Amino acid sequence: MDILLLLLLPIAGAAITAIMGSSPKAKYAALASSLISLAYAICLVARFQPEAGTQFLVNQPWLTSIGINFKAGIDGISLLLVLLTNGLLPLIVLAGFKQHQSGAFYGLMLFMQAGLLTVFTALDAFLFYVGWEAALIPIYFICALWGGENRIKVNLKFFVYTIFGSLFMLLAIIYLHLQTPGKTYDIQDFYALNLDATTQGWIFWAFFLAFAIKMPVFPFHTWQPDTYTEAPTAGTMLLSGIMLKMGIYGVIRWLIPVAPLGFSQWGQTALILSIIGVVYAAVIAFTQKDVKRLVAYSSISHVGLISAGIFVWNVQGLQGAMIQMLNHGINVVGMFFVLDIIIRRVGTREIASMGGIAKSAPQLAITFLIILLGTVALPLTNGFIGEFLLLMGIYQYNLWLAVVAGLTIIFGAVYMLRMYQQVMLGEANKATEKFADLDFTEKGVLYIICALVILIGVYPQPILNISEPAVSQLIEVVNAKLLAR
Amino acid sequence: MENITQAIQGIPLNHYILLSAIIFAIGVMGVLIRRNAIVIFMSVELMLNAVNLLLTAFSAYRGDAAGQVFVFFIMALAAAEVAVGLAIIVMVYRNTSSVDINVLNKLKW
Amino acid sequence: MINLVYLVPVFPLIGFLINGLGRNVWSKTLVSWIGSLAILLSFGLSLGIFFELQAATQKSFLVPIFDWISVGSLHIPFSFLVDPLSAIMLLIVTGIGFLIHVYSSGYMHEDAGFAKFFAYLNLFIFFMLLLVLGSNYVVMFIGWEGVGLCSYLLIGFWFTNGNYASAAKKAFVINRIGDLGFLLGVFLIYSTFGSVEFAQVFPQAALMAPGNATLALITILLFIGATGKSAQLPLFTWLPDAMAGPTPVSALIHAATMVTAGIYMITRSNILFTLAPFTTEIIAVVGLATAIVAALIALTQNDIKKVLAYSTVSQLGYMFLGLGVGAYTGAFFHVITHAFFKALLFLGAGSVIHAMHHEQDMRSMGGLRQKLPITFLTMLTGTIAISGLPPFSGFFSKDEILAHAYEHSPILWAIGVAGAMLTAFYMFRMLFLTFFGTFRGTKDQEKHLHESPASMTIPLVVLAILSIVGGFIGVPEVLGGHHWLAQFLSPVLAYTNAVAGETIPLDHATEYLLMCISVGAALISIAVAYVIYISRKAVPAADTEERSFLSNLSYHKFYIDELYSAIITRPLDIISQFFFKVVDKLGIDGLVNGIGTSAKEASKTLRLIQTGNVGFYIFMMVLGIVALLIYGFYHI
Repeated sequence: MDILLLLLLPIAGAAITAIMGSSPKAKYAALASSLISLAYAICLVARFQPEAGTQFLVNQPWLTSIGINFKAGIDGISLLLVLLTNGLLPLIVLAGFKQHQSGAFYGLMLFMQAGLLTVFTALDAFLFYVGWEAALIPIYFICALWGGENRIKVNLKFFVYTIFGSLFMLLAIIYLHLQTPGKTYDIQDFYALNLDATTQGWIFWAFFLAFAIKMPVFPFHTWQPDTYTEAPTAGTMLLSGIMLKMGIYGVIRWLIPVAPLGFSQWGQTALILSIIGVVYAAVIAFTQKDVKRLVAYSSISHVGLISAGIFVWNVQGLQGAMIQMLNHGINVVGMFFVLDIIIRRVGTREIASMGGIAKSAPQLAITFLIILLGTVALPLTNGFIGEFLLLMGIYQYNLWLAVVAGLTIIFGAVYMLRMYQQVMLGEANKATEKFADLDFTEKGVLYIICALVILIGVYPQPILNISEPAVSQLIEVVNAKLLAR
Repeated sequence: MENITQAIQGIPLNHYILLSAIIFAIGVMGVLIRRNAIVIFMSVELMLNAVNLLLTAFSAYRGDAAGQVFVFFIMALAAAEVAVGLAIIVMVYRNTSSVDINVLNKLKW
Repeated sequence: MINLVYLVPVFPLIGFLINGLGRNVWSKTLVSWIGSLAILLSFGLSLGIFFELQAATQKSFLVPIFDWISVGSLHIPFSFLVDPLSAIMLLIVTGIGFLIHVYSSGYMHEDAGFAKFFAYLNLFIFFMLLLVLGSNYVVMFIGWEGVGLCSYLLIGFWFTNGNYASAAKKAFVINRIGDLGFLLGVFLIYSTFGSVEFAQVFPQAALMAPGNATLALITILLFIGATGKSAQLPLFTWLPDAMAGPTPVSALIHAATMVTAGIYMITRSNILFTLAPFTTEIIAVVGLATAIVAALIALTQNDIKKVLAYSTVSQLGYMFLGLGVGAYTGAFFHVITHAFFKALLFLGAGSVIHAMHHEQDMRSMGGLRQKLPITFLTMLTGTIAISGLPPFSGFFSKDEILAHAYEHSPILWAIGVAGAMLTAFYMFRMLFLTFFGTFRGTKDQEKHLHESPASMTIPLVVLAILSIVGGFIGVPEVLGGHHWLAQFLSPVLAYTNAVAGETIPLDHATEYLLMCISVGAALISIAVAYVIYISRKAVPAADTEERSFLSNLSYHKFYIDELYSAIITRPLDIISQFFFKVVDKLGIDGLVNGIGTSAKEASKTLRLIQTGNVGFYIFMMVLGIVALLIYGFYHI
């Protein structure tokens, strides 16, 4: 029942917030709801036993005539993502406080939270798919109603692209369902299937397409910069901070264990695509003139590295991916929040018309720098732990791939510091000389994020401990199946 | 009843089929060729009745009443259709002073 | 005492936090006291550790702090290693660090960012101590990158100047190139030895055969890391630009401590390098080439700090030459003496700049001897020390490196001596141009010339004394010494010594000869400099004047920056635009949008069938029914 409560809390919050409509208190209701969810997630963490496998299991009959059960549970991998979702949401809600008063906006965010949590806990393919799509609808409306000038066109592309990928996943799920002996959607039955290699290859691509579009992995990424740029900042944070982790989580939980033979045939292709994305997006980020677009491309680069860490399928790579998902969520939310503050005050997204902000806003400069250092993976920040483990994982797979992926260490510093220099340093101009420093809520959000950046960087072990047993067990499951052939 | 059945069975089934086919074909040709909406409407009725005839004939030959039940449904349906269809045609005539279907080509693209 | 070693970096960290958080609250006096006291405490503790270690029989102490990263079979504890090497480095970092903190309290007194500056300096010391104390490569890497961050922050301290901010970025990015090499080296170490702990890697490595390919690769990768941090060819261009930072920063980070991290790291990993002769050859050649190239550039620079910067690059080259020829003690000895005299020189230059109101061009100086007597005398000491005249410290360390180079190959030695000649020349050129002759600046500057306050001159004096006597920790046997340093460091070099065995030392006659030649060469250089800049009163040409080809090449730093910009920076920007505009927008996104557009186009064409002609619709319907009938006829 724990999971039902976990899912119902945000839905209830969404309903209440939506009913409050344009009342100015709606945002406080949303904040309260998200904080309750966070508190509950922390309770779950406290009660969680890392060694004990899947916990808080719920298995209710749902649409039994067609083999669908409401089956969900939490293991170490899920728990980190639940923590990420519920931990970031209060920050994202707070980040929207200034511009958004509408209850509908916050209601959609909370509803999306429920969808995301469903994805991260589902152990039934049908439930997983429902959550997958349920998370998409609110973000569509958030972007379409509160986005920038081009929002309609950009959003249509985003929506159609994502749905296009999901369609193949749905086909694969139905196919697998028909193959199971008991005609179920249960993940364990999917794991137990013994399909031949060719079929698994098809399954691999069907799932991969859905997940690769969501992450996004090169070359399925072109919806992402436009969408991140046009979406309202809270939408961008949801998309980049949490939603893309659905794709990564899908790869870990569904793609590779369900189609291990497909993975052994095509995993390397996916790995190489991911690594191309790392370098390609980083190079593109060098000369971007729009700050949001720059960070969007940097996000593609970072996510490519996470994805590569998974496709090498060893414990360092996977653990690196797990903790880096958390870190990327924290850092990218912080980054977009900082940019939002700057963009709102300067009135443009053009890097060229910024500069010299650090002089008038030292608080912003420091917090921005800490988040940026986390992003470029300086030791003792969270990013380093993730990238170190990821690169080590990739290194154990292949030296040269690690060298190429390692270029992110250099390139990341290049584009991030270029941006920092052009935005924050140098002489102030007309637009930036009267730049106001952080106010109370902004400080709140950014201080929390900076504290997390450093805390995870200095003492990551508790987080690594949560997911390690689950990760090693999953690796064993897959390796056993690969060896059996 | 007995006599009617026998009377019907007196004529071979093939004839009914053939007659129905001919009537149906006439209906089809009428729909295809004529431009007057009312004539087309009549042709549609002709096709329906061709089917009715066939259903009745089979019903009689097989001694199964189901076919005739169908016929009643079809007749009820045809009546309803006529009511709606003629109403539409009347409205079209009032608006365009014509029942030529070639005038009614606004609904496209 | 040794168990308390974790406090050594903790004090600066606390200083950083207090000064950083209270930067708008505390007074300048309080800030400088907090900042300096934090380092002084660390220094005191380091002294205690040093003496305890000297007295102890065990020479290596592992002090675990906590488990940092542990994934699968990978265990990276956060722990410290105290051994002779780190103990000496602790003393250098905290000792010179303390002096420079004191100096800064005078030098930076007028600056608005005073507290920020002290906070950054403390943070730097913290990271530098982590680098030195780390008991494994990953903790070392924390410090390694952390000092890079502080270097970034301090070079860009006056960030409103766009050029300074660019210099900071350049330093960070170039360091990152090296860091990638370091990181890959660490990965290879882990996959080869199953650990990154020094205590587990080195004994295993000692069992491997010399010339092992894996070791060669590891050492090359580590060396790439060292070239970044220690400004060697081809990654040295950031260091001269780093002079944009305040002068105490140049003294502390870009002369005495951070830039020697590469030498420290290689000395620490000496066994790996000893067993990789291929790499050491490369190191020797790169080091020597750097020494010469940088010395050549220094000949024509007019900015007093630029001269010192290139001289630093050049001296670092000598240290790498020492490492390359297996003189780990010699290289590390030079790290120590260089820290003394180069910090002194930079601080002296800072004192001059302070007096000149932030004028750094030597063409506007001259004759400062009378106005700045203490600065002059201390800088003279430093200049003599760096030129390698006995009995000043530079003589002993440089000579040890050159002697080993001679053992290795006389050619290396000969080039090294040529470099030493250049060093003596450009250093005395700087000294003569600055302190001798007549004043060439504006009247206004001349009026305000003054000796610096005591907070600045006392560190100068202390460093001057150290520059004079510092060499006596390593007096070679040929001169009747015992080379205390070599004995003290011998536990660190135990594996190397075991592998290399007893080398036949040069006979005393040869050694005396080598010393005489290098000292003689330096004296000749000094004489030449004297003739040109004192007797003939030559002043370097203004920027507008024509230069000869060679002088132009040297003045423009061999156009290396321009070269990098042309072959790396600009092509990358072009590729970036190409990827963005052509590959991404037209290619991939074009394909994606193309699918959308083609669906749209298809529907545009297909909708034409919808003519609105009812007859046509019916006809199509009939056709369809007939088609279905035929299909059914054949298939059912």
